[in-house]
Parts: sequence; structure tokens; C-alpha cells
Amino acid sequence: MTMDDLYQEIILDHYRRPKNRAPALDGEDVHVHHSNPLCGDELDLRLRVRDGRIDGLVFDGEGCSISQASASAMTDAVLERDLDDALELAEDFRLLMHGTPATRPDDLRDGVVFEGVARFPVRVKCALLGWMAVRDAIETYLAGASDHAVTYDD
Amino acid sequence: MTIDVATVRKQYPTLQQEVDGRRLVYLDSAASSQTPEAVLDAMDGYYRRLRANVERGVYRLSEEATARYEASRHRLAAFVGAPSPDGVVFTRNVTEAINLVAYSWVRRRLGPGDAVLTTAMEHHANFVPWWHAAQDTGVELRVVPVREDFHLDVEAMGHLLADGRVRFLALGHVSNVLGTINPLSELIALARAANPEVVVLVDGAQAVPHLPVDVAALDVDFYGITGHKMLGPTGIGALIAKPERLEQMPPFLTGGSMILDVSAEHVVWNHPPHRFEAGTPMIAEAFGLHAACDVLDELGMDVVRAHERELVATFLDALGAADGVTVYGPTDPEQRSGAISFAVDGVHPHDLGAMLDSYGVCIRVGHHCAKPLMRWLGVNATARASLYVYNDVDDLAPLLEGIEAARRFFAR
Repeated sequence: MTMDDLYQEIILDHYRRPKNRAPALDGEDVHVHHSNPLCGDELDLRLRVRDGRIDGLVFDGEGCSISQASASAMTDAVLERDLDDALELAEDFRLLMHGTPATRPDDLRDGVVFEGVARFPVRVKCALLGWMAVRDAIETYLAGASDHAVTYDD
Repeated sequence: MTIDVATVRKQYPTLQQEVDGRRLVYLDSAASSQTPEAVLDAMDGYYRRLRANVERGVYRLSEEATARYEASRHRLAAFVGAPSPDGVVFTRNVTEAINLVAYSWVRRRLGPGDAVLTTAMEHHANFVPWWHAAQDTGVELRVVPVREDFHLDVEAMGHLLADGRVRFLALGHVSNVLGTINPLSELIALARAANPEVVVLVDGAQAVPHLPVDVAALDVDFYGITGHKMLGPTGIGALIAKPERLEQMPPFLTGGSMILDVSAEHVVWNHPPHRFEAGTPMIAEAFGLHAACDVLDELGMDVVRAHERELVATFLDALGAADGVTVYGPTDPEQRSGAISFAVDGVHPHDLGAMLDSYGVCIRVGHHCAKPLMRWLGVNATARASLYVYNDVDDLAPLLEGIEAARRFFAR
């Protein structure tokens, strides 16, 4: 295991030039805030839903390169997807972080390069932050609410 | 006298290891120190030769284990200048020592109209118990702010004390994040000038391992200690108290050992310190802590302090000169310990920690259980390198190398 296994070029690209990073979203339906106190990662995710699809999705926050890059890759992978489909994809990513090969590697898009993070157990939570946030945002939306905050245990 | 670090290091099995072919560089003693052979041997000796419960057996094995357990109490009392061995209560850690006081003193004696004064540079262990007690009792929690020079704001503290309502002061001796050594005598005198009856607790977790400490001379009511930061094992700490305070207090945890008599109608508490040691205590750990005090005294706490003062000056100079590094903490080595928090431009502390790990360098990254201070610093996390008796100037180069590598890596 080397630093390059963890920090692949695609991951660093997402960290330096994140996609769908913004502090606000027009017509936002749901805002969730997820934080991981151990590392001080903070993530705000805003979701807009139209016709059962993810119509708009932006993230903002502060955290390590893995957490921020993974959130960026996540937005790219789930935008325009049906809500159920996005939830399934989030589960695929979660299992990937626990060592199970992805069943939808193409759909995960750049998310699949985070596979190596599974070998760095302390960083799994960082890579999952964005994906768990989108799952929470969708579930919050489906429950008819508009915001939710989650703090992960150390 | 100085510390011969090469000889010292040989006593620490963990430090003989390599990580990816590199020497393990341990710069996280403020989180937990390494364990010398003497401490390992003392604990091993308990399990191999003296394994029996204490304070209850009538056979020789138990009697000797009890004598050794009580000898550990005397040893720690001597090491920190406790007013009396009867004022040494073994706890799991300093967190439990502080909670003992929060439950058996503050919750019992303070109420609405009273205030507890703590500071914004405390570890959560010396903040959350007071916050919680305040919630439960209606006591007001007041917090001394930190100045731009990383020292407590003494003037603001004076204002917070002015109405005389502060009946309890909870103060860290040394900041686990900034390294700041607080001027205890001055701060305590200020509090006692406002209210001569104020009861004082000092969190000594980051002080006892690194400085000569004389609790009796400090004239504080309570002083918390943890073993695992002073070369001792995990799972043991102590509350050092004025014995008369302990006499006035009901127990915190109840059960076996801490009673003189029990019937359905009444229970008679045991005398301190046993009143506060419910159940079978940390026996092997007490043996280990005894040995840790011996190891530190053989080095000499004045020598330990001098070694760290010199080393922290070298580290501060080098980090201050490194590109993109910002140090949070006093610049004068006389006023600080060897815990050095810093930030590296463009590199999140977690990423820095991962990069340094690949260089075999162990540092702490995160909020250091001091979120009020992190909020004041305006950051979510910092990196922290911390020094101890087995660290030397040769630990600096791998640290700087890793920092520079991280800067290049995340900027490329």
C-alpha cells in the first residue's frame, strides 16, 4: 500500500477541481449536513427533485481530500438518476468500501477509483461521507422533510 | 544531566519497529505515551507471581498484592507531591477522576446562583463534565477565553470572577493542543481573591508526564492524573485530593470495597480513598504506574523538562521556518510543553497524517477533544506533533520531509 494507492490522480483531480460544488441550489428541496467529528469533515448537500429524479445536487464543505473528492465524484454519478436508482448505487458504493466488488462499476463512474480506500480502514468513513449524505437526502425527501443533520461517532 | 535518548529508546519495544523499512517516529505522546520494559515487567510480574485480588484476601499472595497495590498509591503520592497517600484515589483515567468530582462535589454542593469557571482551552474531559453538571443543577458555566498569544485571558477571567459567584474553578495545567503551560498560582490566586472559598480542580493529564509537579505546593483541592501519558499503562489514572475534601464527599460509584457495613437498613461508607474505589481496582495497572514513576524519577523530572524544552525549541524553529506551516501555540519554550499543533497550507490535517504515516511518522490529527478551542482557532482540525523522553532531533527530519512531501503532493 502506498500513498498512490490511496490518492489516485482522478481523486486528486476531484479534490482540486470539484464538480457540483456550491453553497446554494435554486429550488432546493432538501438540505442535509453531515459531519465526522473525528477528522473534522463537514459536508452540506443540497438536493432538488423533479419527477422522481435527481434534478439538482450540489455539495459544499470542508474536509480531507478523500471526503471532498468522493463527494464530487458522487454528484457526478447520481445526478439525473431516479431516486431509487441513486439509493441502489449508494449501496453499491458502500459495499465497495467494505471490500465487495462493485456490481455497477460503470454507473459509479469516477466513484469506482475509490476502491483502494477500502484498504485504508480509517479513510473509509471519509469516502462514504458524500454517499451517505445523498442517501440521507433522498430518504429525507421521501419522508417529506426538508432538512436533516447527522454526526458520525468517532 | 541530560537524557541519553539512544539508551532510553532501547527500553521501548514499540520503538524498535520499522514501518515500510523506515524507523518508527512516534510523535503522539500527548495522546498516549509508549511503554518501557520496566512497566511491562511490573505488570507481567503481577500476573505471573502475585495474581490475587486486593484488599480482601487473608492468604499471603493476596496480602502481598495488596501491599504492592498500596505501595503504588504511596509511590504516586510521592511522585506528584500529593498532600497525603490517603488523598490518592485510583481511577480509570483523568476523565473518571474529573467526573468523580463533578458528581460527588459539584452536583452535591452547587446550585442555581452558583457558577463553575472553566476555560476555552480545556480538553473535553475538563469541560463536558461541568457542562453536564450545569445542565443538571442550574449552575452557571463560565468560560475564560484565550488570548491571541495562546494564553488564557487573565483580565477577562477577573471579570468572570467579579460577582463572587464562582464557587468552583476547573483549569488545565498544560493545554493538550497549544502546549501552553498555565500560570496556575496566579490564576488560582485571582479566583481565591474573588471568593476565598472557591474549590479548585486542575487537569494535570498533560503536565505530570512532562514537568516536575508538586500538588501540595499548588494548594489545589483536586488534581487529575492519567497513567497512560506518563509511560504507564492504559486504564489507570488518579484523583489527587486534599484528604479533608474527600472526607466531605459521598461516593461516586458504589459497590464492593467501598463500604464498612451494609444491611437492608443502612450502609456505612469506607474511608477515603477506598470510599471512591468501588469494585476490584486496576491492580496490574497500579503496579505498572508505580514502575512508570520510578522510570521518570530515574531520569529526573527536571531533566525530562529540560530535554523537552530544548527539543521543542528546535522543532518550533524548524516548523516556523518551513514553507506553509503555521504553528498554534506560544512561541517561548519556557511557556509551553512539547505538544505542537500546526497547519500546513493546502493540506487537510487528515491527509497530512496519512502522508506522514507513509514516512513512519505518527502524529495526531483532528480536534484533539478540544472543540471549544478549535472553534476559537477557527478550524475543524489541526495536526499535532508531541514530544517526550524518547524523542530527539533525529525525529525532526522525517517530520519535515513528510510535511514537504504532502505540500508537493496536494499542490501538484
